[in-house]
Amino acid sequence: MKLVHPLMKYVRPGAISTATCAGCGDGIMAQAVLRAIDELELNIDDFVFVSGIGCAGWIPSPFFNADTLHTTHGRPIAFASGVKLARPDRKVVVISGDGDLAAIGGNHLIHAARRNIGMTVICANNGIYGMTGGQVAPTTPLGLKTTTTPYGNVERAFDLCALVEAAGASYVARWTTYHARGLTRSVKKALTKRGFSFIEVLSQCPVQYGRRTGVGNAVAMMKGYKENSLSVKKAASLNEEELKNKIIVGELVDKDSPELTEEIEKVRRIHE
Amino acid sequence: MIEIDEDLCKGCEICVAFCAKDVLEMSDKFNKKGVHPPLVVREEDCNLCGNCMLYCPDLAIVVAEEEESG
Ligand SMILES: Cc1ncc(C[n+]2csc(CCOP(=O)(O)OP(=O)(O)O)c2C)c(N)n1
Ligand code: SF4
Ligand code: SF4
Ligand code: SF4
Ligand SMILES: [Mg+2]
Repeated sequence: MKLVHPLMKYVRPGAISTATCAGCGDGIMAQAVLRAIDELELNIDDFVFVSGIGCAGWIPSPFFNADTLHTTHGRPIAFASGVKLARPDRKVVVISGDGDLAAIGGNHLIHAARRNIGMTVICANNGIYGMTGGQVAPTTPLGLKTTTTPYGNVERAFDLCALVEAAGASYVARWTTYHARGLTRSVKKALTKRGFSFIEVLSQCPVQYGRRTGVGNAVAMMKGYKENSLSVKKAASLNEEELKNKIIVGELVDKDSPELTEEIEKVRRIHE
Repeated sequence: MIEIDEDLCKGCEICVAFCAKDVLEMSDKFNKKGVHPPLVVREEDCNLCGNCMLYCPDLAIVVAEEEESG
């Protein structure tokens, strides 16, 4: 008997293979998102997936057999906001890279979180511009030698979760591809959460990051995630020095706040 | 049981590295993509934990409980 992968039913016919390099963490993320939808027994036709430009933009598009909007670099949240305002009944999910969402698109991220618009943003953070050849990103670790920082990166990396939390998001979590189960749990939570939900996923780029920086292949990078991560609970008892270079994984924010499209609907009703 | 769709495999070795039971090994053969897919070599040791399936970035592995025959 030939077994069929239970998530293959969500893969667009013809898109038989992921668009990413061997061992790229983005494939693990794609699977975690599809598994969350499957476990929640949601209909993928009720979703609109929006992505920008970069390797991570290929996670949903064209791979997911659903409505996908592959937009311009940095702008998926802007497009997704339009989709959500026009069709508040749809589940709008942005999946894109760290450069896309936090560098060129950083302002959209901040304001979508501030507005608490009902969408889920999943950021594939590989700490680099993968697609264009491994240039430094605002998420690149301090000191790392990249294509554009041959003497080591002199800038500090953005803490994206802290940024989105400060801007007012309802749900914030961080995982790595090593934590595929925790990630799936968080995606399920995010998809059913009212308001803006954000999940940062440290996702290995074995080609532009691992190989060029000497960190190693996909296996070495995932082992690194395993060794360097600790739970939110554990992290709470450690000081800044002890937390240096550690990845804090788990749920960081889960709260209830007014959601933008519902607030707009209230105003509309008053003036009807 | 475990099934590997060899032609979907990109040969990253993640499944082999993260199987705590050493069930999988990389093979010498080439698939359609020209890479070495893994081989199930110790199926009897598999505890159906599902890690290999969860971690395969290319959906090339399926792990399922054996269906009862008859
Ligand atoms: C307006 C604009 N500026 C620059 C680029 C070139 N560009 C394409 S992808 C990319 C960055 C990709 O990095 P990231 O978003 O982190 O995605 P990754 O490839 O790492 O997944 C850049 C700068 C572009 N396509 N459009
Ligand atoms: S360059 Fe890096 S991020 Fe892009 S597909 Fe390859 S491994 Fe993934
Ligand atoms: S299901 Fe678990 S034990 Fe079995 S092959 Fe996969 S990783 Fe190994
Ligand atoms: S994890 Fe998947 S793609 Fe990687 S070697 Fe195993 S079967 Fe092949
Ligand atoms: Mg990136």
